[in-house]
Amino acid sequence: MTDLWSGLAQAFWLVVTLDAELVEISARSLQVSLTALVIASLIAMPLAALLAVRRFRWRRGVIAILNALMGLPPVVVGLVVYVMLSRSGPLGVLGLLFTPAAMIIAQIIIVVPLIASIAHQSLRDLWQEYHDLLISMNVSQWQKMKTLLWDARRALLTASLAGFGRAIGEVGAIMIVGGNIDHATRVLTTAIALETGKGDFALALALGFVLIGLAIAVNLAIHWLSRTEREGRW
Amino acid sequence: MTELFPLKVRGAATARRGKMLVGPVDLDLCGQKACVVIGPNGSGKTSLLRLLHGAARLHRGTITWACPTDEARHHQSFVFQRPVMLRRSVLDNIAYPLLVHGVKKPAALDAARDWAGRVGLTEMLRRPATVLSGGEQQKLALARALVTRPKVLFLDEPCAALDGRAMREIEAILTDAKTAGTKLIMTTHDMGQARRLADEVVFLLGGLVHETGPATTFFDHPETPEARAFLNGDIVE
Amino acid sequence: MIKRLLAGVLVAGLATAAHAGDVMKMAVTTSFHNSGLAEVLLPEIKADLDLEVQLLVVGTGQALKLGRAGDVDAILVHSKAAEEAFVAEGFGTHRREIMYNDFVFIGPKDDPADLGAATTASDALQKIAGAKAVFVSRGDDSGTHKKELSLWRAAGIAEDGFGDWYKSVGAGMGAALNTASGIHGYILSDRASWLNFGNKGDLALLFAGDPVLFNQYAYLPVNPEKHGHVKAGLAEKLEGWLVSDRAKALINGYMIDGETLFVFNAE
Ligand SMILES: Nc1ncnc2c1ncn2[C@@H]1O[C@H](COP(=O)(O)OP(=O)(O)O)[C@@H](O)[C@H]1O
Ligand SMILES: [Mg+2]
Repeated sequence: MTDLWSGLAQAFWLVVTLDAELVEISARSLQVSLTALVIASLIAMPLAALLAVRRFRWRRGVIAILNALMGLPPVVVGLVVYVMLSRSGPLGVLGLLFTPAAMIIAQIIIVVPLIASIAHQSLRDLWQEYHDLLISMNVSQWQKMKTLLWDARRALLTASLAGFGRAIGEVGAIMIVGGNIDHATRVLTTAIALETGKGDFALALALGFVLIGLAIAVNLAIHWLSRTEREGRW
Repeated sequence: MTELFPLKVRGAATARRGKMLVGPVDLDLCGQKACVVIGPNGSGKTSLLRLLHGAARLHRGTITWACPTDEARHHQSFVFQRPVMLRRSVLDNIAYPLLVHGVKKPAALDAARDWAGRVGLTEMLRRPATVLSGGEQQKLALARALVTRPKVLFLDEPCAALDGRAMREIEAILTDAKTAGTKLIMTTHDMGQARRLADEVVFLLGGLVHETGPATTFFDHPETPEARAFLNGDIVE
Repeated sequence: MIKRLLAGVLVAGLATAAHAGDVMKMAVTTSFHNSGLAEVLLPEIKADLDLEVQLLVVGTGQALKLGRAGDVDAILVHSKAAEEAFVAEGFGTHRREIMYNDFVFIGPKDDPADLGAATTASDALQKIAGAKAVFVSRGDDSGTHKKELSLWRAAGIAEDGFGDWYKSVGAGMGAALNTASGIHGYILSDRASWLNFGNKGDLALLFAGDPVLFNQYAYLPVNPEKHGHVKAGLAEKLEGWLVSDRAKALINGYMIDGETLFVFNAE
């Protein structure tokens, strides 16, 4: 309990004094997770739309796999990415292991199934609604996907935010592929793991509070952005 | 100028899980005249419209337009009994079919504004389409169907849930469209509306064309006892 | 609007790769990192050599593995036998001793096994086993873990003599200390990790000083003949610095709570 209070107090001071190290790792957390989120969304959203509008042979299989992958253990993703990116692995020549790029790759793999599954559910519902109309208008496959993605954008935002939450709070995979190197690949979650390991629970908790605050702030910011956008249009 | 008519339907039928929904149907339709499909509930009116439009699979027979079917489809619009509203503004809904077919945005929006005016939706261009009333939604669906200036407009009970005033407004729009050269193929439950709009009538019963002919002849001197009974408001099986 | 935002995030995210100055990666053990010495040495290295040394903090086993795979340019560990095998297999060019620190026995203040009266490390372990007092082992194949096992062997207690009182936690030094603190167990720790540990609770240092508890750190550059991409030049530069008088002064002068932690002994 005392750890909790001193953690809160320490979090407060770290934030108000804009502690240089805190700012650095928070910025890196945001940078890594937002980059991963954008790339993952660019992959997951069109995939979800394709799965909604197109009837191909393996469609059900792909959906089932995506749903299963939603529960992918991050540690396993981390291990696989590690083995691929290691100098003695197939992609070793890229020299990406223990860099932020490796962390971004791992997070993309972790959040794509999540975003694609959630997005697919809302796009599928919308497609049921739109199906007859769009078919009768001879809309091309590509246009169908674009229409669904645009008209479901608020639901898709929710899917993205779920992905962001998973990405920024993830520690297992990025610890393995990033290596938690000070000033290079240390982010909030790996720093928390490190401080816990050192027995400094108060600092670990403080970082935890900052992480939660950051996640909430990003959520609010994106909702606020989307609201102003909606008011502008309608 | 692509010519779609005459349309020849020979032995056309569509089925669902082995059950025949409509057909086999033989029909000859020419341009200009408004064709109204009537019949009791479940007689296959909706299915026939979807079949002609190409939205239902043709299981048997042939449907032959005067031009290739793919091309014919580009000159058709369909208004559903329950209008489908895109989750966009009224203006964007009306402009949508133009935009997906490659019309530049400013031109599409101009045309959409013009059609919104013709159906009386100018006041609510920026409103989300989903919050409109039933009558407004149906007018929006009409404007969206007509903005591409189709040669054929299919309408499935466009006034089913509307009050008298909204119905008159929609009939006025349809009459204008007809004058402008659009062939109407519609279903309705309202015999008054059928009389007002129809040039020719197709009377369906149990998925088959029971009687067909010019509107005046059909309404004044129906040939079959079933058609007579239907027009009298009796139950027809 | 949204598109521009996304593009901005992407550009910012991918631009991370660009870096100024020389950068090399070195794998070090958790105990070395927990000592806090790295935070003293790294800024000086950066200032003297314009070299940014990125530390991967892992167990000795994984550190050697990283070197074998070529994922780091050098390693700094403390497990002589494993290091010599590493060099013999050709993965390291050579082994250079830098400094040593020592291991200490930690346990509950009330000291149920009476470690305070122990004369040697073997004696201390025999007392623990005799009293069947709870003992926490790193159990993670780290240098500390290997050292602990060799001490048990030297004390004549075989691994199958471990009973319920022997808890293998498979964790780093800090986490293992956390566990010991929580279950009032004995534990072998390096002095630095112990001094820097923030959650001491009712744990205390109970035995130290036997020469077998000394812990030699050695520096091993990864062999560029095995992995052409390793930065052998930078690794050599760093080695030169680590054995210099400048490093000697910094290492010997490093203290926590008034206690010296490391003794420089490079030749
Ligand atoms: N998707 C469907 N699946 C099975 N039966 C259908 C389907 N659509 C329509 N039907 C059946 O086909 C027949 C004709 O329906 P429909 O064309 O909707 O009639 P109407 O529009 O004249 O009321 C009805 O018996 C109806 O129940
Ligand atoms: Mg119907």
